[in-house]
Amino acid sequence: MPDAHPHQIHAEIPAPGAEILLRALKDQGVDVIFGYPGGSVLPIYDALFNQNAIRHILVRHEQAALHAAEGYARSTGRVGVALVTSGPGATNAVTGLTDALMDSIPVVCLTGQVPTHLIGNDAFQEADTTGITRPATKHNYLVKRPGDLARVVHEAFYVARSGRPGPVVIDLPKDILIGKTLYTPPPETPHRSYRPQTQPDAGQIARAVAILKSAKRPMVYTGGGVINAGPAAAEALTRFVRKSGFPCTSTLMGLGAFPASDPQFLGMLGMHGTYEANLAMHGCDVLLNVGARFDDRVTGRLNAFSPGSRKIHIDIDPSSINKNVPVDVPIVADAARALAALLAAWEADPTPVDRPAIAAWWRQIDGWKGIDCLRYIQPRDPGSIIKPQYAIQRLYEITRTVKQEIFITTEVGQHQMWAAQYFKFEEPNHLMTSGGLGTMGYGLPAAMGVQIAHPDALVIDIAGEASILMNIQEMGTLAQYRLPVKIFILNNEYMGMVRQWQELLHGGRYSETYSAALPDFVKLADSFHAVGMRAKSVDDLDRVIHEMLACDRAVIADIAVDPKENCFPMIPSGAAHNEMILGSEQVGSVAGVTDEGKVLV
Amino acid sequence: MPDSQLNSCRTATIAVLVDNEPGILARVVGLFSGRGYNIDSLTVAAVEDGGNRSRINIVTSGTEMVIEQIKAQLDRLVPVHRVADLSKNGPYLAREMALIKVVCPHEGAGGNNRAEALRLADAFRARVVDATTESFVFEMTGSTDKLDAFVELMRPLGLAEVSRTGVVAIARGTRVI
Repeated sequence: MPDAHPHQIHAEIPAPGAEILLRALKDQGVDVIFGYPGGSVLPIYDALFNQNAIRHILVRHEQAALHAAEGYARSTGRVGVALVTSGPGATNAVTGLTDALMDSIPVVCLTGQVPTHLIGNDAFQEADTTGITRPATKHNYLVKRPGDLARVVHEAFYVARSGRPGPVVIDLPKDILIGKTLYTPPPETPHRSYRPQTQPDAGQIARAVAILKSAKRPMVYTGGGVINAGPAAAEALTRFVRKSGFPCTSTLMGLGAFPASDPQFLGMLGMHGTYEANLAMHGCDVLLNVGARFDDRVTGRLNAFSPGSRKIHIDIDPSSINKNVPVDVPIVADAARALAALLAAWEADPTPVDRPAIAAWWRQIDGWKGIDCLRYIQPRDPGSIIKPQYAIQRLYEITRTVKQEIFITTEVGQHQMWAAQYFKFEEPNHLMTSGGLGTMGYGLPAAMGVQIAHPDALVIDIAGEASILMNIQEMGTLAQYRLPVKIFILNNEYMGMVRQWQELLHGGRYSETYSAALPDFVKLADSFHAVGMRAKSVDDLDRVIHEMLACDRAVIADIAVDPKENCFPMIPSGAAHNEMILGSEQVGSVAGVTDEGKVLV
Repeated sequence: MPDSQLNSCRTATIAVLVDNEPGILARVVGLFSGRGYNIDSLTVAAVEDGGNRSRINIVTSGTEMVIEQIKAQLDRLVPVHRVADLSKNGPYLAREMALIKVVCPHEGAGGNNRAEALRLADAFRARVVDATTESFVFEMTGSTDKLDAFVELMRPLGLAEVSRTGVVAIARGTRVI
């Protein structure tokens, strides 16, 4: 009887494609796959059944498999793997793939396909998966010959993790999974065409240092690229910022790369960023962008973005440079290597920085900080309604007393912005959120992936009551694998961010944004073998948070928060950084938003 | 870059060397349509490595910033080996071939344009590759402008159908992409 254990298959003896596939995955260091079976991937599930090296986590919807793989990838720095069947399995995966593409998350997605001789025949559960996923992936493959299988798998992992990371699809016709072929190990030669530049150009580094040393009002703006470049990049960034004495801000995707508690950190920038971060962006004379892409959430109106600054942009993706904002010194490189080179050149250059000017700049920034743009008032009378900001702040403060490592995921909307504003991230890879695509329903499956990768950690999905319902079926996965994920719902009974825009821009006509007919989340938790709890007023909040953290099972904490609360500060659509509105007392100024601004999302 | 340079449009001829694999053309075309870039002309054929490498020649137009963005976007596609902006890197040759059908009956059938069509074809160095008593097919190679001009001249003489290859281009001198 042939040996069915893939890790034991012999390179010289042909084996079925499904076993070759698992051998290749194992050689790529894969230990867990998030998947959902179906007709065309049966041979893979059969091969999985016969081995123990790779763990399969059965999700309840293919979109969740992709988000779980993203959560796994972003919290570990490794490539996440998803496995879905042909047709609807693949089409359900598209949202997760696009999410990973927008946020540069390395994921390999194996999709089943009808056998090669049926491709193009409108066979049962057939879809043109490579056609559909082409704009949703960094790259995709259709394996047409068994002999190509192992090579394609190795290449897919290389592409997913190299350069600017991203999702890669491998479409696997069923006959390829059954047909016998030989295994080929990972190649030792470089890829024939895809070889991203990772080492920075020394001349550009020197130019950057010269500009940075001459700065009177410098600003460091960091993004997800620092996190993707690994912990070394975050360390180098922290060293550079502290050595230079420059202020530092971060995009949503970059939070944690520089410690939020550091006095040089100005908080997140952009549409719901802090007043000081946005005004410093607007007023700086030298801007150092590390691994961020001048996204529209960050820049506001482009022709008024940081108008007086010379700009240095470090990015591993040349197409991110000069895309939205022209820069003076482009540096194509891995963020860790570029920051290391920048630090070395900074130290080697005897030119002093302009200390008096930078001190004056800090005085100005401290003035902006004095506005205290994130202030809110939490009434303390018994029975008072909970302010969502206060819920996040208490969650943050109480989790400081927990000894476990803490990972946060979020869904998308107001709660996501409040999490970014009030939860302070000290380390990279500890916030998983859907930044680019803005996928409601991301947080729960991502938290699953994080918890699988870090079984002993405390994983909290900060959610809204609308977002959580988009992938609520994953409660079943939490139960099956006993994943003690904590779901912290800021329940304001509205799709809050949309409601906020309707209030500010559409005359308060709350068209279809009320969360009608909500489930009883406590009973819902109960029916999914989890623990449900509820905080109705400010008197309950701390107790519920403590109970949630003390529980060793999955928890849904339904926190009833003020339904009228809006997310401030805010740069209205089409406005510039220095046209922020700070709170509801200023919303009248939104009336000035033009139709041109309204067109923007 | 100064704003004036960023905002003025130019035409670019870009040569892309790619692995000759299924879907590569869809990848390139999808990139252009997905990101809203123009394609004025596109040609593709296997050129080297025993048919394993293809060359795509694209004529596009946009601001300098957009053209730089197009090149960067093309260059990061996995099966792309090289991207060269021929129209920026020095002198280059760009040629197109066209087959042009002109229906112009002989005089007995009431026509009187055959001689004129032939005279113009001769002036433009277009070759007659097919002729009947009712028609000609001219073959012509040259720059896009020259082909455009000839097609316009044929219009009043009975132009019936045009088939064009799109631009193929190569750098002058010893330079290769």
